[in-house]
Amino acid sequence: MPHPEAVFFLRFIPLMPLLGFLVNGIFGSRLPRRAVGLIGCGTVLASLVISFVAFARLVGMEPENRALLDTVYVWIESGTKGWIFRADVAFLVDPLSSVMTLVVSGVGFLIHVYSIGYMGHDPRYPRYFSMLNLFTFFMLVLVMADNALLLFLGWEGVGLSSYLLIGFWFERDSAASAGKKAFIVNRVGDFGFVLAVLLIFVTFRTINIYEIAGIAGGHPELLAGGTAILITLLLFMGAAGKSAQIPLYVWLPDAMEGPTPVSALIHAATMVTAGVYMVARFNFLYLAAPGVMMVVAVIGVITAIFAASIGTAQNDIKRVLAYSTISQLGYMFLAMGVGAFAAGIFHLMTHAFFKALLFLGAGSVIHAMSDEMDMRNMGGLKSIMPITFWTMLFATLAISGVPGLSGFFSKDEILWESFSSAYGSTFLWVVGIVTAGLTAFYMFRLMFMTFYGECRASEEVKRHLHESPAVMTVPLIILGGLSIIGGYIGLPKILGGAHWFQSFLDPVFGGAHEGATHASSGVTLASTGVEHASASTEYILMVVSIVVAVVGILIAYKLYVKRTDLPQKMAQRVQWGYKLLLNKYYVDEGYNASIIQPVISFSQHLWRHFDDLIIDGGVNGLGWVVTRMSRGVRVVHTGYVQNYALLVLIGTLGIIWYLLFYRT
Amino acid sequence: MVAESSLLTWVVFTPLIGVAILLFVKPEREELLRWITLAVTLFVFFLSLPLFFKFNSDTYLMQFTQKIPWIPGYGIFYSVGIDGISLFLVLLTTFLMPICILSSWRYITEKIKQYMIAMLLLEMGMLGVFVALDLFLFYIFWEAMLIPMYLLIGVWGGPRKIYAAIKFFLYTMAGSLLMLVAILFLYFKSGMNTFDILKLYEAGFPLELQIWMFLAFAVAFAIKVPMFPFHTWLPDAHVEAPTAGSVILAAVLLKMGIYGFLRLAIPLFPQGSLYFTPLIIYLAIIGIIYGALVAMVQPDVKKLVAYSSVSHLGFVMLGIYALNMNGIEGGVYQMLSHGLSTGALFLLVGIIYERRHTRLIADFGGMQKRMPIFGAIFLIVVMSSIGLPGLNGFVGEFLILVGAFQVKKIYAIVAAVGVILSACYMLWMFQRMMFGKLDKPENEEVSDINKRELAYMLPVLVLIVLMGVYPSPFLRRMDASVAHFIALSQGKKEVYAFEDKAVNPVSHLLGKSKVGKSDGRMRDAQFTMHDAGFRVKRNR
Repeated sequence: MPHPEAVFFLRFIPLMPLLGFLVNGIFGSRLPRRAVGLIGCGTVLASLVISFVAFARLVGMEPENRALLDTVYVWIESGTKGWIFRADVAFLVDPLSSVMTLVVSGVGFLIHVYSIGYMGHDPRYPRYFSMLNLFTFFMLVLVMADNALLLFLGWEGVGLSSYLLIGFWFERDSAASAGKKAFIVNRVGDFGFVLAVLLIFVTFRTINIYEIAGIAGGHPELLAGGTAILITLLLFMGAAGKSAQIPLYVWLPDAMEGPTPVSALIHAATMVTAGVYMVARFNFLYLAAPGVMMVVAVIGVITAIFAASIGTAQNDIKRVLAYSTISQLGYMFLAMGVGAFAAGIFHLMTHAFFKALLFLGAGSVIHAMSDEMDMRNMGGLKSIMPITFWTMLFATLAISGVPGLSGFFSKDEILWESFSSAYGSTFLWVVGIVTAGLTAFYMFRLMFMTFYGECRASEEVKRHLHESPAVMTVPLIILGGLSIIGGYIGLPKILGGAHWFQSFLDPVFGGAHEGATHASSGVTLASTGVEHASASTEYILMVVSIVVAVVGILIAYKLYVKRTDLPQKMAQRVQWGYKLLLNKYYVDEGYNASIIQPVISFSQHLWRHFDDLIIDGGVNGLGWVVTRMSRGVRVVHTGYVQNYALLVLIGTLGIIWYLLFYRT
Repeated sequence: MVAESSLLTWVVFTPLIGVAILLFVKPEREELLRWITLAVTLFVFFLSLPLFFKFNSDTYLMQFTQKIPWIPGYGIFYSVGIDGISLFLVLLTTFLMPICILSSWRYITEKIKQYMIAMLLLEMGMLGVFVALDLFLFYIFWEAMLIPMYLLIGVWGGPRKIYAAIKFFLYTMAGSLLMLVAILFLYFKSGMNTFDILKLYEAGFPLELQIWMFLAFAVAFAIKVPMFPFHTWLPDAHVEAPTAGSVILAAVLLKMGIYGFLRLAIPLFPQGSLYFTPLIIYLAIIGIIYGALVAMVQPDVKKLVAYSSVSHLGFVMLGIYALNMNGIEGGVYQMLSHGLSTGALFLLVGIIYERRHTRLIADFGGMQKRMPIFGAIFLIVVMSSIGLPGLNGFVGEFLILVGAFQVKKIYAIVAAVGVILSACYMLWMFQRMMFGKLDKPENEEVSDINKRELAYMLPVLVLIVLMGVYPSPFLRRMDASVAHFIALSQGKKEVYAFEDKAVNPVSHLLGKSKVGKSDGRMRDAQFTMHDAGFRVKRNR
C-alpha cells in the first residue's frame, strides 16, 4: 500500500455540499427559488471541480504511490495502550476513491441541474435541494473515508438521506412506508457491517483501511482460522443491504416512491453502488477468503437473473428500472466475486451513466404524461419527445450490451472474467449470459411500450404532452454522450485498447492478480479455475453475448411492436408463472408473514402478559399483602406520644446494645 | 468569583437560595415566580461551567474537593468532589434544569410556587448525589431527591398520578432501604469509623461479605436504572409525570442508578461485583432486546420512549460491565447521550401534548405538514436516539459494542440486534405521527413550534450534533477516571490501565510477534481468575 501524500484541499470535496445543505436547509424558505437551485447545483459543481484537481494530482504521481490524504481531526478515540480504538475524520483519494468521487459529483451535478426543471413546481423545493446536497455530502464521505467507521458514517448518512427523499412526498402513506422500509432493511445489513468493524478492530487493532491492508499483507496468520471468512461475510451482509442483493433487495423497488431524480441519483447511480465500492475497498480481505468470494459471485449472479426475470413482467416504468438496477448490481457483485474488481468498478461507472439517463428519461416521460407511470397507458411518444427518446435509446442499447456502447465493454469484461478468472466457472457465465438476454428483452419492452405504437393515454393527458425543457434535456444529452463513449477508457486489449481504466485502478487491487494465481494453485478452487483461456475463446464468448443481446431485442420487438396481442395470450397460457413474476415471487408477503408479524405479536405478548401480568402482578400483589399486614401493625399506631416515646427508647437501647456487643 | 474549593458547594446549594427567595414571593405573581426560577437555574448552570473548563484531564483524583467535619464522632464529613464521570452528570443536570423550567412555562398552571420550589429542591438533591464523597451525605441527598420527584408526579401528574407516584416511591424506597441497611452494616463492619467513600474503597472486605453487600447496593441501583426486571415503575411514572418530570426522570434520575454502580457498588465490592458480572450482563442484554420489543407495540408515545430507555440503559450497563476502557467510556458517554436525546424526546412529546392533549400515536398522523420545524427537530432527535453516526448516540453505542465484543463476541452480537430494533420502533412511531395524510380534523389547527420552545430545543440540538462530531473534549476528560475505575473494579489500588496514548497501535502491533488473539485470551484468563473468587487481603 502506498504512503499517502498529505494534502489540505480534499476536505472541501464533501464540505461544499454540506454547506449547500446548511444554507438551503436553514434559510432556503426565505431565499428566491433561483438562489436555492444555484446553491444546490453550484456546491456540487465545486465538488466536481475539486475532484478533478485531485484526479489530476493522482495522474501526475507515480502509479504505485497514487494516494492523497487529508486528515482533519480525531473523531473518536478511546482505550488503553494496544487497544486504542481510533477513528479519524480523514479523507483519502486514491485511484478507486477518485473514480467514485468523479462519478458521484459528476452524475450528481447533472441530476441536480435536471431537478431544477423536474421539481420546479414543488412547494417543498428548498427542502428537496437541501436533502439532495446532504446526500451528496454523505456519499462523498463514504467513498473518501480513510477508515471503516467514517465509511460507516457516510454509509448511514446516505441511508438517512435516502429515507428522507423516498418519503419526500410524505403525505402518501406508500411513500412514508417505503422510506421506513428502506431504512430498516438497510439496518439489518448494517448489523453485519458493525460486527465486521468490531471484528476488524479486535483482529488488526486498527480500522484504518490502509493500515489494515498493510497488516493483513504482513501477517496473513491474523486472518487464518475463519477470521477472514467471518469479516468478509459480515461486510457482504452490509453490502447486500445497501446494494439491494438477495435477500435484502426488497426495499429498492419500493424506493421508487421518491421523486424520479432521486431514484436516478440515489437508487441507481450512486448510493446503491456503495456496497460494491465497499467490497472493492476491502478486496484484500476477500482475497484471503476464496470461499466467500464464491458466495459473493453466486449471490450476485442469482440476484442478477432473479431481478431480471421480475423486470420482464412489471408495468410500472420505474419499477422495471428498479429491478434492472438490482440485476445490474448483481453483475457488479459477480465481478467482485470472481476477483475482477476493476471490471466491477468499470461497470459501476458505465452503469451510473446509462442508468441515471434511463431514470431521468423515464422522469421526463412521467413529467410529460402528468405523473403517469404505468407503461400500459403510454406508447407513441417517440415523435412527441424526440430528445428523450433518442437519449434513452442509446442508454438502452448500452445496458443491453450492444457493441460500441459503454455497457458492452464493461458487461462483457465481467462475463469474460466470470468465465476465465481463477474464481470463475461456466455456471456463472451461463447465468450471466442468460441475464444479459433478459436484460435486452425487458429494456426494449420498456422502450417499445413507451415510445412505439399508439398512444394509450387519456385525452386529457394527451393534450398536455410535451418535450421537457432544456434544463432537463441537456443533462440527458450529456449522459447520453457518456453512455456512448464512457466505455472507451477501458477498452480491452483484444479490441486494440489500452485497458487504461483497469491499469489506473491496479495499485488498489494490486493483490487481486497474485490472489487469483494463488487461489488457482490452491486446493479449493483448482477444479473451478479455468486455466489460461486463450484470446480466441474471448472472441467467441464476445460474439455469443452479442447474439444473445440481439435475440433479446428481437423477441421484444416481436411481442411489443409486431404482435401486441401475444403477451396477454402468453400470460393467460401460463398464468401461474406470470402471476409469480408480477407479484415478485411473493417475497414481501413471505417476509411479512414469517418475520414482521411474529415479532410484533411476540412483543405484544411480552408487554401484555409478561410486563403487565407477571411483573406488575407480582408488584401489586406485594402491595396488597403489605396493606393487609399493615392493618395488623396499625394497632401500635395509637396516637399516644408516650407509646411512641417508649418505642423510640426500646429502639435506641437495641442499637446501643448492638454497638456494644456485636460491633467488630 | 468563588474559590475553586467551594465551587461545588455553591453549585449544589444555590438552588436552595432560590427556594428562599421564592418563599417571599406571593403565589399569585406567577410570571415573577417563573422568571426567578429560570434565573436561578441559569445562574447555577453558568456557575457549573468552570467545572468543565478548569477540569484537569490528567488525573483520576477528585477535583474541586471540599471536606468539612460534620458529625465527627461518627466520622461523618461534608465531603464533595468530582471526577471525570460525575463532572458530566453535574453538567447534564445544570444544563437541563433551565430547559425544564422553560418547558413548564405554560404547561404548569396550578400551584406554580410549589412546583418551582420542588424543582429547585430536586436540582439540589440530584447535584448533591453526584458530588457527595461521603456515604452518609450521599444517602441524605439520595433520599432528599425522592420527595420532590414523588410530588412532581403525584401533584402535577396525569389521571393515574397517585398510582404512578406510589409505585415509583415504593419501588425506589425498597431499594433505598436495602442500601441503608448495607451502608450501616458497612460502617460498622469496616471498623474504619468513616463514611468516606474513597477510604472505604481500600477496605477490602472478605468475599462473602462483598457478595451480600454488593447485592444490597446493586438492587437499589438496578431499580433506579431501571434494569430488567425492575423496570415496570418507569413507564407508569413517565406517562403520569408532567413533561419536566419525565425529562428529569429520564435524563438524570435514571443515571443515578448507573452512577451508583460506578461510584459505590463496583469499586466498594469489586469481588462481589465480579461474582454477579455474568448475571448483570445477561439482564442488561435482555433489557436491550426486551425494552426494544415492548417499545415497538406501545400505543402511547411516552410509554414507547420509556421502554426505549430500558433498552438504552441496558446498553449502558453492558458497556460498564465490559470492564474495559472502550466499554465504560462508551457507557458513560451513552449515559449523557441518552440524557440529551431522551430528554429531548420528552420535551417534544410535551410540546405536542400541550397542543393536542393526547399522547396516543394513533391520534396523530400527517403532522409534518402543519409543523415542519417541529418535524425537523423531532427527526434529528429520533436519529440521535437510534444511533445515527454523526450524532451523539452513535459514539457511546459503538464504543459499548467495541468494549463488549472484546469480552465475549456474543454479547455485542445480541446487543447489536437492539440497534436494528431501535430503528424499527422509532421510525414506525415517527411515520405514524408525522407522515401520511393529515386526516384528523383536530390536528388541522395545530401550530408549529413557538419561539420559547425553539429557544430551549436549540441548545439540546447543538449538543446532540457537537457530541456526535467532536466527542474528544468529553472522552478525554473521562480517560483518567475511567482507567482508575477499572483498576478499582479489579481490586487494585493503583492505576495500571491508563498509559501513554501516543503509541501508534499499528507500530505496537507490528513490533510484537504475538498479536490479537493471544492478548484476548490473556484478558479472558484475568476474568476467570476473578470469577474464581480471587481475594484481596483485608487492608486496615
